[in-house]
Amino acid sequence: MSAKLSIQNLSFTYADGTQALKNIHLDIRPRELFVLMGPSRSGKSTLLRLMNRLSDLVDGCQRRGTILFDGQDVFAPEMDVFALRRRVSMVFAIPTPLPGSIYENLTYGLKMAGLRTPSLLDERVERSLRQAALWNEVKDRLGDSAFALSGGQKQRLCLARSLALEPEVILLDNPTSGLDPISTSMVEESLFELKQQYTIVMVPHSVQQASRVADRVAFVLDGEVIEVGDESQIFVYPQDKRTEDYVTGRFG
Amino acid sequence: MTTNVPAPPKAPLPSWREKVIEGLIWLSGVSAVVIMGLIFFFLLREGLPTLGEVAWADLFSRRWYPIEDLYGILPLLAGSFLVTVGAVLIAVPLGLVTAVYLGEIAPTWQRELLKPIIEVLAGIPSIVLGFLGWVSLAPLIQSLGAPTGLTAFSGSLILAYMSLPTIISITEDALYVVPKEYRDGALALGATKWQTIWRVVLPAARSGIVIAIMLGIGRAIGETMAVMLVTGNAANLPALNAGIFFQPARTLTATIAAEMGEVAQGSTHYHVLFMLGIVLFLITFAINSLASWLVGSGSRRRARQ
Repeated sequence: MSAKLSIQNLSFTYADGTQALKNIHLDIRPRELFVLMGPSRSGKSTLLRLMNRLSDLVDGCQRRGTILFDGQDVFAPEMDVFALRRRVSMVFAIPTPLPGSIYENLTYGLKMAGLRTPSLLDERVERSLRQAALWNEVKDRLGDSAFALSGGQKQRLCLARSLALEPEVILLDNPTSGLDPISTSMVEESLFELKQQYTIVMVPHSVQQASRVADRVAFVLDGEVIEVGDESQIFVYPQDKRTEDYVTGRFG
Repeated sequence: MTTNVPAPPKAPLPSWREKVIEGLIWLSGVSAVVIMGLIFFFLLREGLPTLGEVAWADLFSRRWYPIEDLYGILPLLAGSFLVTVGAVLIAVPLGLVTAVYLGEIAPTWQRELLKPIIEVLAGIPSIVLGFLGWVSLAPLIQSLGAPTGLTAFSGSLILAYMSLPTIISITEDALYVVPKEYRDGALALGATKWQTIWRVVLPAARSGIVIAIMLGIGRAIGETMAVMLVTGNAANLPALNAGIFFQPARTLTATIAAEMGEVAQGSTHYHVLFMLGIVLFLITFAINSLASWLVGSGSRRRARQ
């Protein structure tokens, strides 16, 4: 099966000399939920931010190697980075509703992409809110400020906002941090729906969450991929001692 | 099960030192209010007799010529209005664009170089700017075809230059406190840098930007010396034509400054000058109220959010 995202010999160094990623090789297949797991500061978020070039915003960093998205080099000079970010969309750990109503939050990206037909916008808003399991809670108050939502609702709003762009890949950087267990399970349930249609790369909140949602898992430690495999393999028969120690909770 | 509830710590009794310090803070807070009240009372006492001495119709007539007891304040109002509006039209767009460049686009080294320079500009005494306007700006404007270089427009340019540092500096501060997450959020949705600034950063910084503009206007409308030097000080009602900004004008502030020294205390002219003070006071009060209302309505909306 050809890879949706193919990370090839990727290294990344910040301006202060910290080497965040070392020679990463990973293939992420279409319509799988791929989990990047590892202790904090191991480079997972950096890797995620490279996939849609939000890493461009970092001054003075150095990158070697590349990422292919559907076979195209995302770092190629002719790559339209704004179109790339609509196709490879990102949801952050801290929900970041933008100032404005719920409806405006969902249509920001679409309007910036040039979509202005009201009926189409309405349709996209409803569909993406349904996909993010938020529609029933907000359908009667789309005009209210997005800041009035609870933490879990804000996070699903940000997810819906990404989905409204109809991306191909969704990058989730710890999307359930700070959520209560009920909201967490609602987000996790919507992930099962979403991976029928989208490729999802996720940094999980915990090892337990990784084992609940992942199709395949990469264990990342100090900027290196230690082990990649199916969820059952990584959690039941880890090959590497460090993976075993991590998934059994000995460190991390 | 019994629980040990710790006794609440006793509040330390305020010693005499505490009382003295509290008293001093109270005094300085109250004195601001008292001084403000006294100034207003004084303005009213000296200015209000005007209403008994000059008829309303004369006060709002078109001629200011105190030697012949003509006290029409319309030309002065128009002068202040023209100069201030001109300054705002120049300073606000320029200031906002500069602040956006500094805060959002400029590389770090440029920002670190430019920001202190702009803040130093705010410290230039207004008379120095007025002098510069008089010796270099006015001749330049005259050479461009105006009958005289001492015009409302010259005053607007000088005032705009004076209020620019305020507008730039405060707007940039307002942009700086917009959370980075907003920018990341917008960029992750495929927004370009410009779309992010226009649709996300500027709306989020709105209340700070309103304050910046209002403080800039406040500085412009109250300014006297620089304006006096470059506007020509002719108390004529400007002709309403295309060259409206290119006629000499006289502002309320300049009138008070120029005539107060020569007027007999207690005369009608004296009272009218204080009346001008009251009018100025009301204008600045209105601008400040408008600003706090604009900012307040923004924060009230956030509070509901």
